Amino acid sequence: MLIAPPLVYALLLLALPLCAVVLFSFWTQDFMEVDTAFTLQNYREIWDSPVYLLLLQRSVFVSGMVTLVTVTLAYPVAYYISFNVAPAKKSMWIFLITIPFWTSYLIRVFLWKVILGYNGVVNSGLVGLGIIDEPLSFLLYNVNAVIITLAHAFAPFAILPIFVALEKIDRSLLEASRDLGEGRIRTFLRVTLPLSMPGLVAAVLIVFIPTIGDYVTPELMGGAGGKLIANMIQTQFLQLNNAPLGAALALVAMVCVTAIALVFIVLNRRWLRRQV
Amino acid sequence: MTALIQLRGINKYFGDYHALRDIDLEIKQGEFFSLLGPSGCGKTTLLRTIAGFEDPSAGTLSIDGRPMAGVPANKRPTNMVFQSYAIFPHLTVAENVGFGLRRDPRSKAEKAGAVKDALEMVGLGGYGARSAHALSGGQRQRVALARALILKPKVLLLDEPLSALDRKMRELMQVELMKLQRQVGITFILVTHDQEEALVMSDRVAVMFDGQIRQMDDPEAIYTRPRSREVAAFIGKMNFLPGTLHSSGEGVEADVAGLGRAMIPPDRVTPGLGSGPAVIGLRPESLAVLFEGETTTRRTVEGTVDEVVYYGDMTYYDVRIAGVDEPLNIAMKNLVGRDVLEVGTATRVAWDERSLVPLAP
Amino acid sequence: MSGGRILGIYAVLYLIFLYAPIVLLPIFAFNDATIIAFPLSGFSTRWFEALWGNAALGDAVGNSLFIAAMTAILSTLLGICAARAGAMADFPGKSGILGFVMLPLVLPEIIIAVSLLIVLRQVLDMQLSNWTVIAAHTLLCTPFSIAILNGAFQNLDPSIEEGAMDLGESRWGAFCSVVLPLVMPGIVSSLLIAFTISLDEFIIAFFLTGSNPTMPVYIWGLLRFPQQLPVVMALGTILVALSIVLLAIAEFYRRRGLARAGLKDSGGFL
Ligand SMILES: Nc1ncnc2c1ncn2[C@@H]1O[C@H](COP(=O)(O)OP(=O)(O)O)[C@@H](O)[C@H]1O
Ligand SMILES: [Mg+2]
Repeated sequence: MLIAPPLVYALLLLALPLCAVVLFSFWTQDFMEVDTAFTLQNYREIWDSPVYLLLLQRSVFVSGMVTLVTVTLAYPVAYYISFNVAPAKKSMWIFLITIPFWTSYLIRVFLWKVILGYNGVVNSGLVGLGIIDEPLSFLLYNVNAVIITLAHAFAPFAILPIFVALEKIDRSLLEASRDLGEGRIRTFLRVTLPLSMPGLVAAVLIVFIPTIGDYVTPELMGGAGGKLIANMIQTQFLQLNNAPLGAALALVAMVCVTAIALVFIVLNRRWLRRQV
Repeated sequence: MTALIQLRGINKYFGDYHALRDIDLEIKQGEFFSLLGPSGCGKTTLLRTIAGFEDPSAGTLSIDGRPMAGVPANKRPTNMVFQSYAIFPHLTVAENVGFGLRRDPRSKAEKAGAVKDALEMVGLGGYGARSAHALSGGQRQRVALARALILKPKVLLLDEPLSALDRKMRELMQVELMKLQRQVGITFILVTHDQEEALVMSDRVAVMFDGQIRQMDDPEAIYTRPRSREVAAFIGKMNFLPGTLHSSGEGVEADVAGLGRAMIPPDRVTPGLGSGPAVIGLRPESLAVLFEGETTTRRTVEGTVDEVVYYGDMTYYDVRIAGVDEPLNIAMKNLVGRDVLEVGTATRVAWDERSLVPLAP
Repeated sequence: MSGGRILGIYAVLYLIFLYAPIVLLPIFAFNDATIIAFPLSGFSTRWFEALWGNAALGDAVGNSLFIAAMTAILSTLLGICAARAGAMADFPGKSGILGFVMLPLVLPEIIIAVSLLIVLRQVLDMQLSNWTVIAAHTLLCTPFSIAILNGAFQNLDPSIEEGAMDLGESRWGAFCSVVLPLVMPGIVSSLLIAFTISLDEFIIAFFLTGSNPTMPVYIWGLLRFPQQLPVVMALGTILVALSIVLLAIAEFYRRRGLARAGLKDSGGFL
């Protein structure tokens, strides 16, 4: 069977390791020694610690905001490319939108630092134009900077699925809606938006879930108040040598975003059903 | 003489779905044979079984006396014209036509000559260097034909080859295909859901429903002597009148609702149909509306025109007669000087004992 | 002003937002100052010259190229298997299996990194090396390869392959003579995309590199030293130029694939 190689690969390098993570989260580690006695200690520690809970809360908030900002900004662009751009130029636009995504992620994040920094592009521009006297210091090293940078990084992930869904819509449906007496806006709300919903949902999932696992942007952009759960996971593994606690943190973070994503899907289904 | 293709008790299951049921079939060398039936009845499956793309779940298939079990598609003496034509889009027309000649021991030049001849045969001489994906539907079909015929198969299988073409092109290709078949003398098996196409082109037609062959005959017999109501209704139009059959030493007599008693001619008697309730079929063109003052030696029945549908060369009348719920559908040629009757006109309908088709109810 | 025009202006502004950081790269790479800020000082190519003599960077680039090449080959091979299986007849659990293989696309990268680190270090007690990164990157890139190759395989009329067999080719012969040429553009673009993703990947590589850092891991180290930043800019400029070239080639092959298959262009990657 042809499916066997990729399946075996994914089982060995994905399913098995994920099981190991679950197992580890119920163990403990003291420097190099792993104690394999079953315990809920890691989870208790997360639950009792204000730091972990705060980080978790902030991470979910940041992921949610990034998703909201990215998808809201992306939808009109996808709509424009699908409905207003000449068919021959569509793939050019999509190409243009994907290019930034393929350039070094680290360097892109760092460049946002250059844009938003104390002597950065925005500040020098504003000072140069005489709009402000002193450079603004609230642009960088906080949660907002993290959100802007991530929204930039995930832009193509949001645009592409929405664009694909919009492209699939039979244009005569929109004409039928107009023919049946609906205006542009009502047609959009009653036909276009519900029909593009699969793409929108895909965009939300493909942005919301992976953002929780990014530690580069908060490290570079977040400052002290902008660190997220992924930074803590990284610290537990690579600096504190506490893999079990790191595993538990990673699992809790994953379960949180997955649960929220599922709630979102259910609510979305309901909304769609009400629309009909 | 033994048949070129022999199918015995072929059955095919897709999971639980019984796609082919007890197919027995013999096709002679040089015959133009059609598989006719509604969409989903298993025609393609049967054709693919012959080609070697499906293995039968039960039964045997032999071609030219050779059993085909375990012989893969590329080793069978059959070639196929696919419904989608399956033209290789990355090759030129000539490369497509020459595709199957790879193992041919002839020289390059001879092969090129063969390709050229094949293209000329299907009317595409000079198209060889064209890129295949820029062809029109009719041209693709010709390439697919040339590509298969160049290999001189014992059997050419055609899966709805004309259904993607527009009407004019289809009628043209019907004639060309028949000519081509006579010219090359290869056995053709054509799959179609278009009854007209099957009747026009074939030496013999097998009518399929639900994975079964219901009737196998020459086109004239299929049309004038259908053996079941299903076949009769699928091939052209037919009026069905309730009736009763009485078998006796002199032959079979029918008592037909609205028309009365009539002897069924011996060649029309459906085998296996004895005395008892039956349905009597009548083709619309075997009936005639009598115009004012017209006389006939045929039998007649009084009626009223219920509906008139004008087709240009023909007019179809629905005429109500006493004792029958459904009006009779009658096809009349529009001759010079003959008016079209209006709805509500009282008229007489002429009919013949010779055109009655007794069928199981 | 019509709705379309407003949307168009918005879309252009959005493109500016997308390209803003990248436009800055060459500006600072050719700027003759150590501090990355305005105003600019003057034109200089000295940061590029500094790149040239950097042996550690050379090693990192070498590692990354090796990892990216292996990842590209492995994930494309796995992608061909999955895409072909997906385009063929149904088998039990098909959508579940294919969905599972695509899972890394939506999994946070840190989860992949952490889980592999646990298995490799704690369970198997293996030394981290380039191969551990290759293993992880292949896992990450396979879904992208599958997505690209799915397009190529599903655009293929199944009777094309049967047509070749009908004309005398064996199953393998048919695959080589018609299927492979028709999906070749998809294979090339899958190789290039996987190569590009792997070359740039940091989050997983940081967890799984052994003693030899990959290029992004090396860059990460440089980011902490302000005097090294212009060199990073120069390196970034080269990388962007390289990515654009690779992507342009991938896009070229993708379009040629569509043209060969005689299909209309329906949009970019994914
Ligand atoms: N590979 C297959 N798997 C399952 N069912 C099939 C397959 N091929 C055909 N069928 C089913 O068998 C029936 C007959 O199909 P087909 O031979 O293509 O019909 P036709 O060509 O007469 O329209 C259809 O109901 C179809 O759904
Ligand atoms: Mg069919």
